[in-house]
Amino acid sequence: MTALPVMSTNPPEISTDSLSLEDAIANLKQTEDPDLRYYAAWWLGRFRVNQPDVVDALVVALEDESSRSPDGGYPLRRNAARALGKLGEPRVVPALLASLQCEDYYVRGAAVESLGDLGDKVAIPRLLDFLDGGVEAATMMPGKPHLREPYDLILEALGSLGATEAVDQIKPFAEHSVEKVQYAAARAMYQLTGESSYGDVLVRALAAPDLQLRRAALMDIGAVGYMPGAEAIAETLAENSLKLIALKGLLETHLQQSPGDVLSDEAIHAMDLMDDLL
Amino acid sequence: MTVSSGSPQLQPLLDKLHSAGTAETVRFAVEDIAAAQLVEAVPILIEVLGYNNPGAAVAAVDGLITIGEPAVMPLMELLDGFNYGARAWALRALAGIGDPRGIDLLVKAAVEDFALSVRRAAARGVGKLHWQEFSGEGDRVAAQSKALETLIQVCDDPEWVVRYAAVTGLEALGHALESQLADERPHLIARLETVVLGDEAPALQARAKLALQRMA
Repeated sequence: MTALPVMSTNPPEISTDSLSLEDAIANLKQTEDPDLRYYAAWWLGRFRVNQPDVVDALVVALEDESSRSPDGGYPLRRNAARALGKLGEPRVVPALLASLQCEDYYVRGAAVESLGDLGDKVAIPRLLDFLDGGVEAATMMPGKPHLREPYDLILEALGSLGATEAVDQIKPFAEHSVEKVQYAAARAMYQLTGESSYGDVLVRALAAPDLQLRRAALMDIGAVGYMPGAEAIAETLAENSLKLIALKGLLETHLQQSPGDVLSDEAIHAMDLMDDLL
Repeated sequence: MTVSSGSPQLQPLLDKLHSAGTAETVRFAVEDIAAAQLVEAVPILIEVLGYNNPGAAVAAVDGLITIGEPAVMPLMELLDGFNYGARAWALRALAGIGDPRGIDLLVKAAVEDFALSVRRAAARGVGKLHWQEFSGEGDRVAAQSKALETLIQVCDDPEWVVRYAAVTGLEALGHALESQLADERPHLIARLETVVLGDEAPALQARAKLALQRMA
């Protein structure tokens, strides 16, 4: 499922003045203090600072060996991978592809997500390798609270990348036992086939008893631009802030898919729904 | 609506609310209280805004808006003490009621509240005040002038959703603008045109375009 946006209803907005750009870059390049470096990687991604020295330093951080969490994870690599997805710099794709080999599940997940965001189809074959063995192989990682691979993120990335050749491999995951994997598969299948039955799966998820699933489904429908879901978004039991973000996503995907000077009836309807949520 | 101190109608509804054990049953109980349209339910409906239960808060806001005028002073008195989440709901109730007494609070919140959900609800409310309820023409013109200045300023808010609310506010104000403010109308139109051409969010451009279409 889509990562949730920075929640606007929770802490007050993060201020860009909390760190200067020069400090953030210097913090990212130093290796003495891992906490500062970790925060700088996040910060530079959050504020989308796309400049060559930042990109280079983040690529270096993707191979960092110094910052390790107690469970053997690579926290700095995770943040670097996420930040690189936000900067929109195509030249980092090979570095992200390399980090798909990382033993840290969360580094792989962050890299997968960023590859989906960067939109370079060259990533498709490597992402498809993760689906080898199909649903049967997509089991829990022994001793860990997650599956063997970040299947939900992989399926989403394949959808975002327009991997129509992967439809046969993606489809069975709509029956996976984990709900967020099912929804990720439905989301990808809707993007790749345009079949409304998959959009309807996402709309049904808006009624899930679990608020986290409802929130994720809101973002998914917005991201894929499933216009028949607009009304259902507005009626979901969730924060108005989130419903507004979902409808904005829906509207903007729709505007992108049907450009032109005249606003469509669907676009106007979506805006009327947004007005009522303000 | 009836004002009743003994509130025989309210008590069974309150009992139902207090025995509700899940978010959903709380919401059902609040919906019933809201539907009863009792003035004496104002304090409990305001209390519900702080429950961190979005469904119940929506129902409570609807109830407060329906009750209308008698809810205005209690809402204004209690606004200061709320956490930011509840303030947004309370502001939304005030905005929905549209009572002239709310204008200063709404203008201030739209411009300077630290929580974007509060700025959003307030900006929406500034544009949708019930202008005909201002006591005289002078007050009405002064209030509209202040609202216009506020909303034009809020179109520069860093958060898209606050700017979106300001655009909807400008549209509503554009429809209701007093004839004495006819000279201000081109400023309002020009601000919307700037959003169409210059806002970074396509949704904002589209909403401003829609506003201009509807005002043409």
